[in-house]
Amino acid sequence: MIRSKAVLIGVGSLKPVRRTEGETTLGMLARASALALSDAGLEKDAIDGLLVGPQVGETPQHVPATVSEYLGLQPNMSNVVDLGGASGPGMIWRAAAAIDAGMCETVLCVIGNHRNPESPRSPNRNPIREFDVPFGASGANISYALLKQAHMARYGSTDEDFALIAHWARANAQRNPNAIFHGQPASVEDVLASPLIASPLRLFEIVMPVAGAEAVIVTSVARARSLGGRAVHLLGAGEKITHRAVSQAPDLTSGPLKPSMARAFAQSGLTVRDMSLLSLYDCYTIMVATTLEDSGICPPGGFGAFMRAHDFGPEGDWPLNTHGGQLGYGQPDLAGGMTHVTEAVRQLRGAAQGRQIRDPRFALVTGNGATMSEAVALVLGADA
Amino acid sequence: MIDLAELKVPGPTETELTKPFWAAAAEGRLLIQRCDDCGRTVFYPREICPHCWSARLVWADASGRGRLKSFSTIHKPGHPGWQPAAPYTVGLVELEEGPTMLSFILQGTEAPRVGKALVMQPTDIGGRVLPAFKIVNDSKKGDQS
Repeated sequence: MIRSKAVLIGVGSLKPVRRTEGETTLGMLARASALALSDAGLEKDAIDGLLVGPQVGETPQHVPATVSEYLGLQPNMSNVVDLGGASGPGMIWRAAAAIDAGMCETVLCVIGNHRNPESPRSPNRNPIREFDVPFGASGANISYALLKQAHMARYGSTDEDFALIAHWARANAQRNPNAIFHGQPASVEDVLASPLIASPLRLFEIVMPVAGAEAVIVTSVARARSLGGRAVHLLGAGEKITHRAVSQAPDLTSGPLKPSMARAFAQSGLTVRDMSLLSLYDCYTIMVATTLEDSGICPPGGFGAFMRAHDFGPEGDWPLNTHGGQLGYGQPDLAGGMTHVTEAVRQLRGAAQGRQIRDPRFALVTGNGATMSEAVALVLGADA
Repeated sequence: MIDLAELKVPGPTETELTKPFWAAAAEGRLLIQRCDDCGRTVFYPREICPHCWSARLVWADASGRGRLKSFSTIHKPGHPGWQPAAPYTVGLVELEEGPTMLSFILQGTEAPRVGKALVMQPTDIGGRVLPAFKIVNDSKKGDQS
């Protein structure tokens, strides 16, 4: 019997939308939290821990107190988890660790953002702003374009190889009515015909920014048992932060997810081959390519051959990002990383309506932040 | 290609520590830091050496030679001020001394390719002279290692 570190007992997701008008992030977090609470079958006062993401603009400081007050919570443990797209998965193991440390028993992990028209430009005064932006390198697209170019130069990977990743994300999004690209599949040719944004990255290889919020409730194994079924177990976790700016990356073709996944697998006693679902962070096609290679499921440089050899749909031999991934579902800001957790929970419960994988046992969830800088890997397991 | 000097784009956000770097850049020189304790070189400039945490960092002139680790030609810039220059190319430049910096890659007779030798070319971008780089043509490689 694999030791369960904690149980993911409830999930809540807001349907991604392209724009919001007059929404507050606090309000969206509250709605996602209420969905997760109801899903968990808990009363509000059972929540005694709170993990939230950063909220640039609306609540720059004191985020946990602000969210607690809004939700009427008085948690015994609270923190901001600031790991970009890895924040969501990063919350899950921190919740388990806080429960294990005896600080609390049931933790609400919630993250999201509005997309009102007046979003301010970043007030950054960090090294990226000083040393990259003046040369014309603003935003994440360029960083990931540099990573993709480096992969193509080193391994001879092709645009077609990368386009397969975007194609499968769009294909799986057709099974998820909440996905922003539901009703808009894309063939490999469509991906290759989409406009160049920052060579070699094309539009369909880049996530669509949307508004949304995702919440997960994590509790102790004992508490979950008292509540009955629907439990999904945290079996292993790993985290690694290596740099912030792409110019400072120690490696352009392998990232911090490699040691993160190795740790998560070691803790769980499982390997990538045991996984029933790959729920891999996909801000760009290159991120999936590198994660597949770093996971050991295919050799370095081998993701293209792997993509051509398998079926990545819910009924396929390697289900991958069955909610559409962020490339198909949309990227609700930092909550994008949490969609890989909520999808894995739904699949492992056997409750992924219209896109349920067969015999769901274990899932690999990855989160990635900044420029392949911040990594969290989780191994989740269905209730035995 | 439009005149880069005419761009209305954000310039460097200097700090007390980095003033010498930008002052040297304005004179066409590329300064990096060298650690007097561990001997390694550092970019971007810091208060302590990220390799050994010594505070004994000294400024040193870099050779200005490097190698293109990766590049991207940008069609949709992240900042609207860069739109008139698009498409333009930025790259990761592995300096001869070791560290990597991101910089502007000037358009030349040869297309950028990973591994190409580069040399620093002081360039007015938005009214400030910054250390951009140009590709060293294969025929003029000379003593590049």
